[in-house]
Amino acid sequence: MAQLKAGTRIQSAVCATEVMVIQAPEGEVDLRCGGAPMLEIGAEKSGDPVDPAAAAGTQIGKRYVDADGTIELLCTKPGEGGLALGDTALVLKEAKPLPASD
Amino acid sequence: MNLMMLLEMAASSFPERIAVQNGEDRLTFAELFSAAGVAAEEIARSGAKHAAVLDVSSLALPVGLFAAAWAGVPFVPLNYRLTDAELDQLLGQIEPAYLITDSERAPTLGSRAGATVIAREDFLARSRGGAGRETTWPMEPEDIAILLFTSGTTGPPKAAVLRQKHVVSYILGAVEFGAAAESDAALVSVPPYHIAGISALASSIYSGRRIVQLPNFDAETWIALARREGVTYAFVVPTMLQRIVDVLEGSASADLPHLRAISYGGGKMPLPVIERAMRLLPDTTFTNAYGLTETSATLTVLGPDDHRAAAGSPDPAVRRRLTSVGRPLPTVEIEIRDEEGKPVAAGVRGEICARGEQVSGEYLGKGTRVGSDGFFPTRDGGWLDEEGYLFLEGRIDDIIVRGGENMSPGEIEDVLLEHEAVADVAVVGVPDEQWGEAVAAVVVLAPGHEPDPEALREFVRQRLRSSRAPERIEFRDELPYNETGKLLRREVRAWLEDAAAAP
Repeated sequence: MAQLKAGTRIQSAVCATEVMVIQAPEGEVDLRCGGAPMLEIGAEKSGDPVDPAAAAGTQIGKRYVDADGTIELLCTKPGEGGLALGDTALVLKEAKPLPASD
Repeated sequence: MNLMMLLEMAASSFPERIAVQNGEDRLTFAELFSAAGVAAEEIARSGAKHAAVLDVSSLALPVGLFAAAWAGVPFVPLNYRLTDAELDQLLGQIEPAYLITDSERAPTLGSRAGATVIAREDFLARSRGGAGRETTWPMEPEDIAILLFTSGTTGPPKAAVLRQKHVVSYILGAVEFGAAAESDAALVSVPPYHIAGISALASSIYSGRRIVQLPNFDAETWIALARREGVTYAFVVPTMLQRIVDVLEGSASADLPHLRAISYGGGKMPLPVIERAMRLLPDTTFTNAYGLTETSATLTVLGPDDHRAAAGSPDPAVRRRLTSVGRPLPTVEIEIRDEEGKPVAAGVRGEICARGEQVSGEYLGKGTRVGSDGFFPTRDGGWLDEEGYLFLEGRIDDIIVRGGENMSPGEIEDVLLEHEAVADVAVVGVPDEQWGEAVAAVVVLAPGHEPDPEALREFVRQRLRSSRAPERIEFRDELPYNETGKLLRREVRAWLEDAAAAP
C-alpha cells in the first residue's frame, strides 16, 4: 500500500474487509489485512486465503489503532482478516460513551 | 468521506429495521438506501448543481439528504416560512437546482428556468419505484455536504458551508455505530432547515435508531406520538419543552414510560422550565447541547449526570451549572477570548471560540472565519467556570433568538423604517419565558403621527415572517446613540427592562 489519505476507503485483498482512513502517518504505510497488503477500492482481490495467523476479523463500525496512535481506521465492511501495520496487529479502540445530543 | 457511507453501513447491518417513519408511512434502512440511489440518478440526470428541499419534515427529507450525497451535490434545506421574495433570492444562489417541495408550491415554482421542481409525493413514489444505482458516491472529504442559510446581522442571508469531512467527523466522533436497540426510536420535531434536524437524521441513521418525524410541532401531538410509538429519545428546543411541560402538568398522567432521554438546545433554557421538566419526568435523563450551524451542531453537552449533580447540590456554584451548556465534546476545544483575540481566565466573559474537525466556519462565497490557529470565533458571548462548564451570554452581534429561530434586529428595523409613522427605531431581544427571547421595538414617531402598535406589527407581518413582528412596542422621543452615531442597544434594553419592572 502506498500513501494513505484521510477520508478515503481501502479494501482487503483477501477478505471482505473495507476500512476508511481516519488518520494515517505520512509517507509509505505497510497496511495489511488477513496477512496481505491492502488495496485501493476497485482493485482486483488476489483470491488468496486469509493467513490463519492474521485472522482476528474486523467488526463494522469499530475503530482500529496502533499502540502509538499513528494510525486509525474505521471498519465500514466486516471481514475475516485482521488489520496490521507491518507485522503488528492493530487493536480495537475503546469507544467512550457520550450522552446523545441530537 | 461521504454521508452515504454511514447509510451504507447501517443498511448492510440492519436492512430490515425501520429507518424513518412519518405517520403510517415508513422506510426500512434497505429501502432508504435504494431510494437514495434512484433519487441520486434523477438528480444527476437533471444537471442540477444543488439538491434543495422546501418542505416540512417528510420521508423525502432523508431520501433527499442521502441522494444529494450520492450524487455529489450539496443538500440545501430551505426554510418553508420564507416569503416569496426571500425565497427567490436564495434560489438564485443555488440554481441550477433540483427542488423537492410540497404539492401546493410545486406548480408555482415549476416555472423557474433554473430549477427542476418535483412535488414531494412524486419524488417519493419515483425514488421507491426504481432499482437503486450502480455508480458509487464520491469519497472526497472537501465536497460540500450541506448548505444552510442563516440570517446574518446585515445584508441578505448567507449560506453556511458544511463539507463532507465536517458532518462525517461529527457523527463518527459523537455516535457509536449501531448502538441503538431495535426498539429505540427518536422523535424529531425540529424543522429540516435547522442543523439539529439534519444532525438528528444522520446520528440516528448511524446508531441504527428509528426516526419518528413530527412535521408540525404541538405539545399534545408530541406527547401522544411519544406514547404510541414508544419513543425513547427526543431533541427539543426550549420553547417546545416549555409547552410539553405545560401540557403534562395539566393532564392526569405525566407518564412517558419509554422516554429515556431528552436533549435540548437551540436557545436559552429558562431555569424554571428545566426544573419542572426534571420533576415531572424523573425517569427521563436530560442533556443540554450547545452548537452552531457552522460547527455541524453540538460543541458542548451538559449530560444527565451533570443535570442531577447540579439540581441536587447545596453549592450555588454547582447548582448554577443547570443553566450552563456543559463541557466540550472530547473532539472539540473551547476557548473564551477577549476583543484582541487573547484567551481569558475562568470566570471572565468573552467570545466563545471553537476548534475541531467538525468546525466549518465557512460561508458560501465569503471564505472561512476560522483563524490560522484553527479556532472559529462564534460571535457568541460566554464564560467558563473553574471546572470548564460553559455559560452563554447571548449573541455578540445582538441577534435575537426567538424560539430557536435567529433573527436580525437590523432586518426588522429596516422594515419598520419604511412605515410613514416611524422616524427612528431600535429592535432588541428581551427575555421571555416562553420564547427565550421576544422581539421588542422602541419607536420614535414621525411628526403628526399617533402611536399605533398593532398597525406597525401588521406592517412587519406583511413583509417578513410573522415571528418577526415585535411583541412589545414602546414609544420614545429619541434613541440613545454614541458620539460616532452607533445605536446603544444595551441602553435600549435597559429602558425596556425598567419599563417591564415598573408596576
